[in-house]
Amino acid sequence: MFAFCSDPASLDGLAWISCYLTTSKHLQLYYAVGTVLLLLAITAPAALAFGFGGAMAARAHLAPLRWFGKSYIAVVRGVPDIAFFLFFVIALDQAFEWTRHQILCPDWDQPIRQGNDFVVCQAAKLPLGTAPQWVHETYGFALAVLTFAIVFGAFAANVLFGAMRAVPRAQMETAEAYGMSRRQAFWRIMVPQMWVYALPGLGNLWMVLIKATPLLFLLGVEDIVYWARELGATANPRFTDYPHGDWRMWYFLGLMVFYLGFTRVSEVMLERLMQRLTFGQATTGGEAQRKAA
Amino acid sequence: MKKLLLTTAALALSAGFAMADTVRLGTEGAYPPYNFINDKGEVDGFERELGDELCKRAELTCEWVTNDWDSIIPNLVSGNYDVIIAGMSITDERDQVIDFTQNYTQPDPSAYLAPSADVDVKSGVIAAQSGTIQASYVASSGATLVEYATPEESIAAVRNGEADAVLADRAFLLPVAEEDAGLELLEELVMIGGGVGLGLRESDTELKAKFDAAIQSMKDDGSLNALIEKWEIGLTF
Repeated sequence: MFAFCSDPASLDGLAWISCYLTTSKHLQLYYAVGTVLLLLAITAPAALAFGFGGAMAARAHLAPLRWFGKSYIAVVRGVPDIAFFLFFVIALDQAFEWTRHQILCPDWDQPIRQGNDFVVCQAAKLPLGTAPQWVHETYGFALAVLTFAIVFGAFAANVLFGAMRAVPRAQMETAEAYGMSRRQAFWRIMVPQMWVYALPGLGNLWMVLIKATPLLFLLGVEDIVYWARELGATANPRFTDYPHGDWRMWYFLGLMVFYLGFTRVSEVMLERLMQRLTFGQATTGGEAQRKAA
Repeated sequence: MKKLLLTTAALALSAGFAMADTVRLGTEGAYPPYNFINDKGEVDGFERELGDELCKRAELTCEWVTNDWDSIIPNLVSGNYDVIIAGMSITDERDQVIDFTQNYTQPDPSAYLAPSADVDVKSGVIAAQSGTIQASYVASSGATLVEYATPEESIAAVRNGEADAVLADRAFLLPVAEEDAGLELLEELVMIGGGVGLGLRESDTELKAKFDAAIQSMKDDGSLNALIEKWEIGLTF
């Protein structure tokens, strides 16, 4: 990166560190931080949407829809994350490819499953075998977002389902007495009030989601924990210009600071959001705010 | 901006056409000198040079991908990449799931790395990377096996005393022993495995034939031996 980095062996102290921390390999670690933040930024709203849909389905009057919502919540919450990430993603990927295979290669005569192998025609590959590496990485990232959204969506659905039931029944009765339809009462009375009951549970989920990102490597996305392990590993002078011992402890210490800082900021933000949502609510928090004012 | 977008789109398209025959090579990237990630963040090592040369000879465009060792076979079988080139020894168990080309290294002796020479490898605690031939050897030898997900962790286990010794390919342990005064290679060698080969899906017979021919041509003209000597992989052919 810097001009004086051409011969690292002759450097020491701060100059060596500044060269070491700016190798292309380290830049990939910094890039991975961005990947993790991007994943969180996309996954959190997506999971909330899945959760809202799941909670609405679980409350539906139509029996099949209700069964679907309830079984989504029960099944996904019950399956261990690692099993879900290993099995579901490969299955999802194969389901996509199988569908494309049926559409794009109707005159293919060989079986798709040959022993252990899953073989579809070249045109049905997703992404195409000829696609550049970044397409593969984006596809892997998108699969990761979808999987995270489904898993965390189930937990969010359960939280929201509970929050909807926590809104005082009298509020809904009053809405009906004013002549609102079920749909109007749901959107105008229940949804605006339920967030204050949902927030503690959703806040917990957010904290768990932050810490679950190392699961990304199971999906082939190189996250910060992977790079910390890789960069911290003993670097032998035969294979690198920057030899060092086992520095994994320092890298993981750095990760710990990152995660603690991140969760601390999240806590502060959630606390502020709670203050705002409590305002004017018929809860003890809202009552306390009213008295203080 | 629009122009920029068009140019990138055109570039992406032409790049797509140029790489009509792309073969994706999957490796672990944590097992020097076979394969590792260099300072530039790229795959490097004996297998990097070998793989690039093989692709040139077989007239294929190749792309390197890294994958965790634990899931390297399942991801090959489900089609995420086409070839495993990760210091994987040819064994009967693996051969039942995937296919191997002919070996491109001689069966490399495995060695023990320990803090002192008087470790009893028959009854002590021995570390190995999980899913390797060394791990299954230790499990059947009567010693207590502790498994680790990466080669680095199996060596760290010996350094901090969790295990008495680590069993791995000699070529991998040699540079470690040279650097670390506190660790030494034991004299006892273990001959396991049938050499290292490329792993392919069993249905990919055409690709396997191409790589077999390329490896044979590198064996014939001595360029494979030159690579083996350069990276100190073990015996030459």
